[in-house]
Amino acid sequence: MRVNFTVNGRPQEADDVWEGESLLYVLRERLGLPGSKNACEQGECGSCTVRLDGVPVCSCLVAAGQVEGREVVTVEGLADYAGQRSCGTGDRTSPSGTARDTDSQTGEGTRLAPIQQAFIDAGAVQCGFCTPGLLVAADEMLERNPDPTDADIREALSGNLCRCTGYEKIMDAVRLAAARQSEGA
Amino acid sequence: MDFLRPASWEEALAAKAEHPTAVPIAGGTDVMVEINFDHRRPEYLMDLNRVGDLFEWEVGAESVRLGASVPYTRIMENLRAELPGLALASHTVASPQIRNRGGVGGNLGTASPAGDAHPALLAAGAEVEVESVRGSRRIPIDEFYTGVKRNALAADELIRAVHVRKADGPQQFSKVGTRNAMVIAVCAFGLALHPQTRTVRTGIGSAAPTPVRAKVAEEFLNAALEEGGFWDNGKIVTPSVAQRFADLCSAACNPIDDVRGTASYRRHAVGVMARRTLTWTWESYRGARRITEGAA
Ligand SMILES: Cc1cc2nc3c(=O)[nH]c(=O)nc-3n(C[C@H](O)[C@H](O)[C@H](O)COP(=O)(O)OP(=O)(O)OC[C@H]3O[C@@H](n4cnc5c(N)ncnc54)[C@H](O)[C@@H]3O)c2cc1C
Ligand code: FES
Ligand code: FES
Repeated sequence: MRVNFTVNGRPQEADDVWEGESLLYVLRERLGLPGSKNACEQGECGSCTVRLDGVPVCSCLVAAGQVEGREVVTVEGLADYAGQRSCGTGDRTSPSGTARDTDSQTGEGTRLAPIQQAFIDAGAVQCGFCTPGLLVAADEMLERNPDPTDADIREALSGNLCRCTGYEKIMDAVRLAAARQSEGA
Repeated sequence: MDFLRPASWEEALAAKAEHPTAVPIAGGTDVMVEINFDHRRPEYLMDLNRVGDLFEWEVGAESVRLGASVPYTRIMENLRAELPGLALASHTVASPQIRNRGGVGGNLGTASPAGDAHPALLAAGAEVEVESVRGSRRIPIDEFYTGVKRNALAADELIRAVHVRKADGPQQFSKVGTRNAMVIAVCAFGLALHPQTRTVRTGIGSAAPTPVRAKVAEEFLNAALEEGGFWDNGKIVTPSVAQRFADLCSAACNPIDDVRGTASYRRHAVGVMARRTLTWTWESYRGARRITEGAA
């Protein structure tokens, strides 16, 4: 079957999609967006987390056909998505391609979202497999809750497993991003 | 495989009548795991996400009509006052990502003994509104679970909503697992005080082939509370009464040994949870009584 939907602000058409296929598979194998990781395919690890109409979900558990006509944001589009938000363009679910020399599709050449920069600065990335999902989940929390407590951060990231960092540096990164966000505001 | 995309409830019922083997998919958090792991290859997959009604809820005088696809996140955010037990149970389901997609309709569809909504629904009192092209009916929650991962739905029926009685007193939900997030219950327990009818209802998860109420325990406690005048005098439930209630709740279990826990551990843990949830709810009932009396 064919599936039409919007990914990182751009209309996409995926062809020959098998009816039982997941959104994760379509993103990675059909649309060339390998940012969302496949680590468990059963909703346990969160490394495939994307925004579906703004809501964080495990893309491995969304059937491809369910996204027809809907908007998806992946880690590749996160910088633009967060950028739109801080520019206050209002429409958070449909970041339009801006006239920068960047590619919101693959993320190539894009500057980083504040949460991405914070992960680097805090040393929160080791093997990096969990990182895309954590970034999408953490960015959504900061959008909703600009001044999170440690308990809020733990709760928001409770669906994302990391086998390398022991989470402390991840906590540091999210606190850092929150602090920078409130300084900027 | 065929992917069916009904745009309305009527279309969904028609599609289910035409293809009774069609597997509905709502949040997909059970269905997609089975498909990803090749445990299930349905002939038809029927997406319910387009049926907007299923995402709505209405708070009525006696009960809340909760659309089958309302995600757990919405229940936690919006129905904590009306359905405290279900809101607590919802909060223990998996992770934010799963709670953003999964809901009570899917939990009932799967009818796993470990589903977290079930003890809360049993304790609160609920009816499942199901429909087919033949008509609509309401199944009392006590009759809904018919076996391990089996429910009372006919092949052409879909779950439209769950009518859950609004809380008329304190409710609690307790769950045993290895950590705080992303954990299937080793066993779980729901308890609701119903001061209006002077009754207590329970729900046990993951400790029998289906979710069950501890009916003998409820009857014992209802009689003991009545006899001692507890609803009126607001005294602390006598420890021996609480212990007997806990033992009877353990006795209502019919658990198995599995990777998550042994049968005897489950029986023990259900007793502990029964005693604790009774204490917690009774304390808040007494607290509320003192406040209303103080105000009067
Ligand atoms: C990582 C992970 C952790 C989990 N942890 C928990 C947990 O802690 N506690 C818990 O209770 N569950 C847990 N689950 C299971 C699952 O999330 C719940 O059972 C959830 O309620 C399912 O809802 P859904 O909308 O995603 O269902 P779906 O997967 O869409 O459907 C589930 C079943 O219900 C049927 N169905 C759905 N809607 C209807 C309808 N309207 N009418 C008739 N049939 C219908 C489907 O055909 C299917 O058989 C977990 C799942 C995952 C992947
Ligand atoms: S790959 Fe989706 S949650 Fe692990
Ligand atoms: S950095 Fe390796 S899993 Fe998180």
